[in-house]
Amino acid sequence: MKVLVPVKRVIDKDVRVRVKADETGVDLANVKTGLNPFDEIAIEEAVRLKEKGVATEVVVVSAGAAVNQDVLRTALAVGADRAILVDAGDVELQPLAVAKLLKAVADKEAPQLIITGKQAIDDDAGQVGQTLAALLGWGQAAFASKVEIAGGAAKVTREIDGGLEILEVKLPAVVTADLRLNEPRYPKLPDVMKAKKKPLDTTTPAELGVDVTPRLKTLKVSEPPKRQGGGKVADVADLVNKLKNEAKVI
Amino acid sequence: MAILVIAEHDHASLKAATRNTLAAAAKIGGDVHLLVAGSNISGATAQGAALAGVTKVLAADAPQYADQSAENVAALVVSLAGAYSHILAPASPFGKNFLPRVAALLDVSQISDVISVQSADTFVRPIYAGNALATVQSGDKVKVLTVRATGFEAVGDGGSAPVEAVAAAADTALTKNLGQEITKSERPDLGAAKIVVSGGRGLGSKENYNKLLAPLADKLGAALGASRAAVDAGFAANDLQVGQTGKIVAPQLYIAIGISGAIQHLAGMKDSKVIVAINKNADEPIFQIADYGLVADLNDAVPELIAAL
Repeated sequence: MKVLVPVKRVIDKDVRVRVKADETGVDLANVKTGLNPFDEIAIEEAVRLKEKGVATEVVVVSAGAAVNQDVLRTALAVGADRAILVDAGDVELQPLAVAKLLKAVADKEAPQLIITGKQAIDDDAGQVGQTLAALLGWGQAAFASKVEIAGGAAKVTREIDGGLEILEVKLPAVVTADLRLNEPRYPKLPDVMKAKKKPLDTTTPAELGVDVTPRLKTLKVSEPPKRQGGGKVADVADLVNKLKNEAKVI
Repeated sequence: MAILVIAEHDHASLKAATRNTLAAAAKIGGDVHLLVAGSNISGATAQGAALAGVTKVLAADAPQYADQSAENVAALVVSLAGAYSHILAPASPFGKNFLPRVAALLDVSQISDVISVQSADTFVRPIYAGNALATVQSGDKVKVLTVRATGFEAVGDGGSAPVEAVAAAADTALTKNLGQEITKSERPDLGAAKIVVSGGRGLGSKENYNKLLAPLADKLGAALGASRAAVDAGFAANDLQVGQTGKIVAPQLYIAIGISGAIQHLAGMKDSKVIVAINKNADEPIFQIADYGLVADLNDAVPELIAAL
C-alpha cells in the first residue's frame, strides 16, 4: 500500500509574527521555518505503517516555492522514501488550490491512503485534508488519534467534542492527524545524509494542469487589539476580593 | 438569496454554537434557513424554529444522518446549495469536519474561523495563532464560512419559523461509525462556560490536575480546560485543549493554573473577559496578559483558593 503525505513549510511554532506596518501581511523575512507540526505527526504515522509492513512506500509532497525542498528532505530523513515538489514559484497558494494540486498528484500516484496534518499553524485554515478527500470522492477521517489498517479499510479513532469517535473508512481515504496520534521522531544525522540521495522530483501547477489563481483577496492584515494585562495580586485573599468586588465575575 | 446555516446538534437538541453562527448570518443580512440533518430530530428542529432570526427550518431526517458523517452531510448541503448566497457552520470539530467538503464540491474557497462580518463578501479571520487578523474578500459565487463562536453574541429565542422536510441525498456509504466514547461530565461545556479553570504542565501530573482543578471547577461551576503541554503530557483529554489547535474560548473568567502562556495557548483564550494566572515563575508570559496574576506555588494557592470561595 502506498501512502501519500502532503506537508507544508511554515514558520516555527514559537515565533511570534509581526504585522507589516503597511498592513499588507506579516513580516516573514529571516523567520525560522520548518515542517508544520501536524504534518510531522502525519509523516511519523506513515513511516510507522511502513515499519509495520502495512505500507510499502511513503511519498511526501509539498506545494510552494523551491525552498520547500528543505522540509521534504526532513521528511525523507525520518523515513519517507520519495518526495515530490510542486514548484509554484512565488504565487500565493490558497487551500483550495493546494487541494487541487494534491488531487492531481494523487491521480498520478494512486495512493491507498493520504495522511496529512489537520491544520497548518500559519494560515490556520484547516481545510486541505477534507477538501482533497471531497475532490477525490474519497471518504475521510479528520482529527485522528489512532489509525489501524485492515481489510481494505482504515479504522480511525477521531477527536470530537466531548470525547472520541471510531470510524471505519473505506480505502482509499484521507486521514488528518491530530496531536495525540503519535510522537514524531527526530531525524538522525546519518539519515539526514542519506536523505540527500533519496529521489525528489519536481513538477509545476502548469504540468499538473491546475489553475492556482487565488479566490480570496486579502484586503489587509492588521494587529489584533492589544490586551492590557500585567496586574498582580498579593495573595489568594486579595485575588478573591478583586474577583468579587472589582471584576465582579464570581 | 437566502443564507443557509447548518445546525450543530445531537438530534434531540441544538448545540450552543448554532446560536452564534446564526448571529453571524444575521450580520450578513437576509432570510436565514437553518438546516438540521440527523435522525429523529424533532427536538432539534423545534428548538431551531424558536430561535430569533430563523425564517425557515429545513429538516433532513434520515438514517444516514444518524452519525452526521462529513461525506453525507456535505452531499446533502451541496444538493441544497443552489438556493443560497452563503453557507455557514460553526468552526467546531463538527463544522470543520464537513464544510471544507462542501466548499470543494462547489469549487469555492472556504473562509475558516470568521470572527467578524464586514459586508456580504468581506470577513475577518485570525491567522498565525491570532497574532494577526486578515480581512479577506471572496469573489466566489457562494460564500462558505465556518464561524468562530466567540466572535458573535448568541441569538436568543423568539422566532416561530416553519419546519420544512427536505429530501435526503444518496448515502455515500464511504464511512461506517463504529461508536463513540463520550466523557460524561456534569460540568458546563468548555466552549460555552462562563468560567474556565485551565491547567498546564506546571501541575506536574494527571493526578495533581484532577486533585487540584476538579474541586475548584466544581466550586465555581466552571468547565475544565488544559494547555497543549498538559494534553501532550497526558494530564487531560484532548477535547479539553484550549489554544490555536484546540478550542477557542472567551469566558467571563479564565483561570490559568501552571500555564506558561505559549503563543498557541494564548490564541485560544486571550479574548476572555478576565484572566487570572497562578504560576510560581513571575517571568512567564501568561502574566503579561493576565488581569490578576498571582505568583505562588499552585500546590498551596489552589487549595487555599478553594477554601476561600
